[in-house]
Amino acid sequence: MPIQYYIVLALVLFCIGIIGVLIRRNAIIIFMCIELMLNAANLLLVAFSKMHNAAATATNSNVGIEGQLFVFFIMVVAAAEVSIGLAIIVMMFRNVHSIDVNFLNRLKN
Amino acid sequence: MLSVVNLSFIIHNSSNMNQLVYLIPLLPLIGFLVNGLLRKSLSKSVIAVIGSGVILASFIISLLLFFQVKNSGEQIINYFNLISIDKLVIPFAFQIDQLSSLFLLIITGIGFLIHVYSAAYMHEETNEHYGRYFAYLNLFVFSMLLLVMGANYVIMFFGWEGVGLCSYLLIGFWFKNNNYNYAAKKAFIMNRIGDLGFLLAVFWIIAKIGTVNYTDVFAAASSFSSTDITGITILLFVGAMGKSAQIPLYTWLPDAMAGPTPVSALIHAATMVTAGIYMIARSNILYSLSEITQHLVAIVGLATALFAATIAIKQNDIKKVLAYSTVSQLGYMFLGLGVGAYTGAVFHVMTHAFFKALLFLGAGSVIHAMHHEQDMRKMGGLKKYLPITHITFLVGCIAISGIPPFSGFFSKDEILAAAYEKNSIYWGIGVATAALTAFYMFRLYATTFLGNFRGTNNQAQHLHESPTAMTIPLIVLAALSIIGGFFNVPEVLGGHSSLHQFLSPALTSEIVHKSAHSTEYMLMGISVAIAVIAIIIAINKFSKKPELQETHGFAKVLENKWYVDELYDNIIVKPLNNLGGFFKNIIERKGIDGMVNGVGKLVNYSARQLRLLQNGLVGGYILFMVLAIIVLIYVWINDNHILSFFYKYF
Repeated sequence: MPIQYYIVLALVLFCIGIIGVLIRRNAIIIFMCIELMLNAANLLLVAFSKMHNAAATATNSNVGIEGQLFVFFIMVVAAAEVSIGLAIIVMMFRNVHSIDVNFLNRLKN
Repeated sequence: MLSVVNLSFIIHNSSNMNQLVYLIPLLPLIGFLVNGLLRKSLSKSVIAVIGSGVILASFIISLLLFFQVKNSGEQIINYFNLISIDKLVIPFAFQIDQLSSLFLLIITGIGFLIHVYSAAYMHEETNEHYGRYFAYLNLFVFSMLLLVMGANYVIMFFGWEGVGLCSYLLIGFWFKNNNYNYAAKKAFIMNRIGDLGFLLAVFWIIAKIGTVNYTDVFAAASSFSSTDITGITILLFVGAMGKSAQIPLYTWLPDAMAGPTPVSALIHAATMVTAGIYMIARSNILYSLSEITQHLVAIVGLATALFAATIAIKQNDIKKVLAYSTVSQLGYMFLGLGVGAYTGAVFHVMTHAFFKALLFLGAGSVIHAMHHEQDMRKMGGLKKYLPITHITFLVGCIAISGIPPFSGFFSKDEILAAAYEKNSIYWGIGVATAALTAFYMFRLYATTFLGNFRGTNNQAQHLHESPTAMTIPLIVLAALSIIGGFFNVPEVLGGHSSLHQFLSPALTSEIVHKSAHSTEYMLMGISVAIAVIAIIIAINKFSKKPELQETHGFAKVLENKWYVDELYDNIIVKPLNNLGGFFKNIIERKGIDGMVNGVGKLVNYSARQLRLLQNGLVGGYILFMVLAIIVLIYVWINDNHILSFFYKYF
């Protein structure tokens, strides 16, 4: 499959993520949209890694999988992020009985 | 005794004498510093002794110097370079020649008498003001000495500005009276206008020949183009107009009467107003090269002499009459300078210094006795209360009226004779002015000293002759006013023109007049006869019934000084005030303030608008972040360098 398909898919996922973050007010949805953006990036990394791998292994068999390794790091960071983020959301719900981010406005004052 | 021995030693040793020259201005400066700084702690008598003593010491040195100059001619003493820029070198140097040594004697001699007189006149002041007064007085003398002794125009300019400053300080001495402050400001501003002319002339000289030393300038004078020489001399003359109170810058001098009376005497006799005469006499070589300027000087002098004399006739303030008479006499001196009779002018400075100081101090004595009443209409019959003042004042009046053998006659005659040779119309106006002079002086004399006393009973009871410290200067000055003329008795009267011969090395451009003896006798006869007639009319008219009633018609115009002050007020002061108001209200308030405040308002307004962006909605922030990232990516894709975007558009 040509690389363009992966790029377009990643772009679409990323844009859905951004738009979701911007227009939704539910903290869980926003959270999921952030994950969507991260995974769009992961998808690109894997796709490009696979694409370059074929050319790179011809000269040196030890190269060509850094992109895929990187994805694991991102997944780990995302997992850590999720745990903190969900904790915040839980605390938020306990305090204001809502997970609407606009309730966070009251931090302003 | 020891000091006398020392002095006699000094006379015989001219090199020692030179070492003393700098003391002449330095001593008054020290007096100024001591009296000025310690005025609160010194007692009045100490202040008076210091103040007068330094001037006396200067006078003694000047006297020694005078005889040295008489014997061995002029000299220039260089001390150090005041300014040294590229090729322009302005040394701090004193030029001691016939002209300056004569002026030194006048300044320190008359100055000393005025200091002594002041010691008694000002005794009512508190310690602090007494010290301040003497400090200013010393500074005044110092400035004038600097002006006269300087060997170049820049040193002269220092003194020139110094006397302007001191006149301001002394005219406004009683600064609690706002009118006096206005008079002081007027004097200062009028002088500044003239000083600008002087300064421009100095710049012109520097631009032309790159030096300001008298000797160099006069040596190069003949190579100047006629435009240069005329421009320089006219600008210098503008300076003299301000300092020596000539039309159109004379109005400050009568207002300068706001100062204490001895100050008026000092300004009018020894310092300040004679500066203009000195400067032109000093620059006689330049002036003789410009026919136009000479005519201008003569005409301005003559016009001032006549104009001021007409005003003096109708003044009722005793000091105002004397002030206008000074303006008038200064006009005479300028007439003398204009017609090339430099010696005559300097001679008149000298005799005028004697009798004008005498008259002012006499007037001061009268005012002192009258408890600061200056209006002549409230005096009268003071003859029997103030015998010494009366006699000495009478001597002064006779001297200024030009009655032989008093001093005024000789100097006035010399100027008039020179004027006659140049142009008989000059002479005619001069004689008319002399008649007016005699008339108003004896009007003053008759109104003040003759007739009946017209003051209050309270004043009558307290009328008293002034203390000795005031009468002695009067007597000395009266004696000088009587004999002062004999220093320069013209040949036609069997004299040797001694002053003329003495000054001839310094006044090289002097035009020696050679009228026939019969003509000279005639000129003298006419002027004396007219003066005598004027005196007789004045005494007859005013001793019995002085002018007490309101004036009408032309007399009112004269009493109001031809409305010149009002004229200046309307054509110069008010338009300038309005212009100032325009700049203040429109340009400053609306324009500049508007611009400055506008920037502030703009920042304030835009900040208030931008503040709304920070609304606390997380979504909004993220939106801006995303938009910003999109912009950055767009830029990055297009230019590959983020700053090139700014380079391109800003």
